[in-house]
Amino acid sequence: MGLRKILDNMEHHFQDGGRYQNWYALYEAVDTIFYSPGSVTKSNAHVRDGVDLKRIMITVWFCAFPAMFYGMYNLGFQANDIIAAHGGEVAGWRGALIGMFGGYDAGSLWDCFFFGALYFLPIYLVTFVVGGFWEVLFAMKRGHEVNEGFFVTSILFALTCPPDIPLWQVALGISFGVVIGKEVFGGTGKNFLNPALTGRAFLYFAYPASMSGDAVWTAVDGYTGATPLSVVASGGMPALEAQWTWMDAFLGNLPGSIGETSTLAILIGGAVLLLMRIAAWRIVAGVFLGMVALSTLMNLVGSDTNPAFAMPWYWHLVTGGFAFGMMFMATDPVSAAMTNGGKWAYGILIGLMAVLIRVMNPAFPEGIMLAILFGNIFAPLTDHFVIQANIKRRLARVQ
Amino acid sequence: MEHYLSLFIRAVFIENMALAFFLGMCTFLAISKKVQAALGLGIAVVVVLTITVPVNNLIYNNLLADGALAWAGLPDVDLSFLGLLSYIGVIAAIVQIMEMFLDKFVPALYNALGVFLPLITVNCAILGASLFMVERDYTFGESVAFGSGAGVGWALAIVALAGIREKLKYSDIPAGLQGLGITFITVGLMSLGFMSFGGISI
Repeated sequence: MGLRKILDNMEHHFQDGGRYQNWYALYEAVDTIFYSPGSVTKSNAHVRDGVDLKRIMITVWFCAFPAMFYGMYNLGFQANDIIAAHGGEVAGWRGALIGMFGGYDAGSLWDCFFFGALYFLPIYLVTFVVGGFWEVLFAMKRGHEVNEGFFVTSILFALTCPPDIPLWQVALGISFGVVIGKEVFGGTGKNFLNPALTGRAFLYFAYPASMSGDAVWTAVDGYTGATPLSVVASGGMPALEAQWTWMDAFLGNLPGSIGETSTLAILIGGAVLLLMRIAAWRIVAGVFLGMVALSTLMNLVGSDTNPAFAMPWYWHLVTGGFAFGMMFMATDPVSAAMTNGGKWAYGILIGLMAVLIRVMNPAFPEGIMLAILFGNIFAPLTDHFVIQANIKRRLARVQ
Repeated sequence: MEHYLSLFIRAVFIENMALAFFLGMCTFLAISKKVQAALGLGIAVVVVLTITVPVNNLIYNNLLADGALAWAGLPDVDLSFLGLLSYIGVIAAIVQIMEMFLDKFVPALYNALGVFLPLITVNCAILGASLFMVERDYTFGESVAFGSGAGVGWALAIVALAGIREKLKYSDIPAGLQGLGITFITVGLMSLGFMSFGGISI
């Protein structure tokens, strides 16, 4: 147990009166990553359980890995595919590294993966360093713990970025998400909006040119290719089915934000979350049912002017960020509703809103991000009414 | 009918008085600590808006607008400069009546709202709705739909804010931001969520 000894020997420096007492939060974070803390809850009422916040957060982090690895491969594959068809190559340090270790062969697993990693890893690194900086700064100044929740925020934020995003915008977005979305409320568990989505939405409205449109979804300069949802919005279902099959969309062979493309990879991670009861199945079911209900209704109603009305629910599920939002974003235990009834209402609201924005709002082809933020706003209210109803029911029993 | 419905929905969500125009902020921030009180104030605002906007619409179209007095034989008279004065007068009268009504029949809500009930008179969301109505040339039917929609939208926003603030009681906000500071940030973030409607054309 050499590591335990090293940490113990260092500990007195970080405690009150030690040389580095301001840095205690950092010491504590490193210590608790490696070892379970020995301290237990001291107040009377608490639940004893092997699963603590740290383990929950790390599990979510791991569950995002299938989507992340597939996203890296797909980023490279989409780019290489276009490079093979249209020529051109990547300039700068990325180009140099690709020349040394990889290539532009769309058929080669390694080439695609390496290409994607060169784009995704810098985004993730910036997210982690900048966001981690704010997290640690607030932890030190405000005396709370550095929390593993940031692992989740960072990976979810990085996975929702488009491949071509400038890195300074990544830094700005995660700063907004962590500071305004979470830390001003007091850190993990105290916020009311999902911090990753807050940062993403901030970027979306502040820099629409690099977060939306047709040019940002593949990592090839000067190439524009629409995402499936904007194809539907302009050309309807025939245009979509001419370009991609449903299986393409399900497996993830599409351009889009890094982590959102493969519904299969997301469902694998999501299934683990559901099995371990980290993600509330009521929320996931609610989002899904809300989406199916409204999209079916829109199919039946139909529209002469808006071709997106005809989009069936199984296409809604596999395109854009719907699956990713449903599994990873909507189920964020902090910003979602807490009560069982509230979870249903919250989920269904998100599902309805996502389809509503996608279909009815010409300004935004994708709606799941804003739908979840909208759901977050009303989540405390649904809880309030569920609790009031509960109190009323039990009072009636007393009398 | 569909036209009125779409006008109503626009006023509730897309052109939300509180979160898109930031009107009526003083009461919005002050009475949003408890969901019950917020709900009461929200309903009060819905009632006031649903009555005042159509009434002001009638006054404007039949008395104040350029040439509106033609029925009295005065086609050249333009009294629209009296607009602000008349709208505020109507609003004050309606609020006064409602105050007496609440005092008599719902004293609990009357006490919870306190000074903010008479202050609905100077709530800019109320006057704003009347001014929007004039500016956009709404007919009587449209002004009913718009007035009730604007009220429902404002009520929805304040109830949601109250829900969030009840939840934020358990948060750990830095000393300098406690109270109104964090509420301003909260309202800003809520309006980010409501931007999902911006651009919907119905």
